Amino acid sequence: MGLRKDLPVVAVVAAGGALGAAARYGASLVRPTPDGAFPWTVLTVNAVGCAVLGTLMVLLTETTTAPHPLLRPFLGTGFCGGFTTFSTYSLDTQRLLSAGDPTRALLYLGGTLLAALAAVWAGVTAARAVVRARGRHA
Amino acid sequence: MNWLLVVAGAVVGAPLRYLTDRAVQARHDSVFPWGTFTVNVVGSFVLGLLTGVTSAQAHLLLGTGLCGALTTYSTFSYETFRLYENGAKGYAALNVAGSLAAGLGAVWLGVETAAGLR
Repeated sequence: MGLRKDLPVVAVVAAGGALGAAARYGASLVRPTPDGAFPWTVLTVNAVGCAVLGTLMVLLTETTTAPHPLLRPFLGTGFCGGFTTFSTYSLDTQRLLSAGDPTRALLYLGGTLLAALAAVWAGVTAARAVVRARGRHA
Repeated sequence: MNWLLVVAGAVVGAPLRYLTDRAVQARHDSVFPWGTFTVNVVGSFVLGLLTGVTSAQAHLLLGTGLCGALTTYSTFSYETFRLYENGAKGYAALNVAGSLAAGLGAVWLGVETAAGLR
């Protein structure tokens, strides 16, 4: 792969990822999760990021006019990818398990998954409705 | 300073995820999203290892920043949704079960390794 050709994409992924991670860190400062508590903040961050990505992917790939080629790597791969996290989700589940709280560990494991999939579906469905309505008026 | 550490980690983690995904996806012709699976499992293992590190700065840089941006829940969910929507329901279920089990296994391995090194 040609690095010179890839550089703009890599750069916007880095910039979007930094913004997303900073937003996630900000959320953890506004709503910190005390030790042993249910990780609501990370669950919310992950669900919101999924809704945004679902919406975005429809707007970027299912419209008649092609968006700027750097928008998807910046907003999707960069921002949404940097905002949401799988590693913290795994570690928080492991912590609830090792604290002897398998019920809440399973609720967190499954609850995040369901919230994330529902959020993607909702984002995609809403964006498709908007794209279709626009198409009819055009 | 704390924000800078998170940003510095993410500036490396996010492109690393993008480049890993491209490299992994180019090496197989299955519809299974091995690229995202790989970064999520590796990132979970590294975050588990970091439980052996006491410095708060290292956690912000490598944990919140690097591992947080290297791994992704949004792409994992979106790819699962697309597999299901395109009729590859078995792959969608496999992606969910495999990612959750491997992520949890990897983080556990990381935590145990860190504890063993102490």
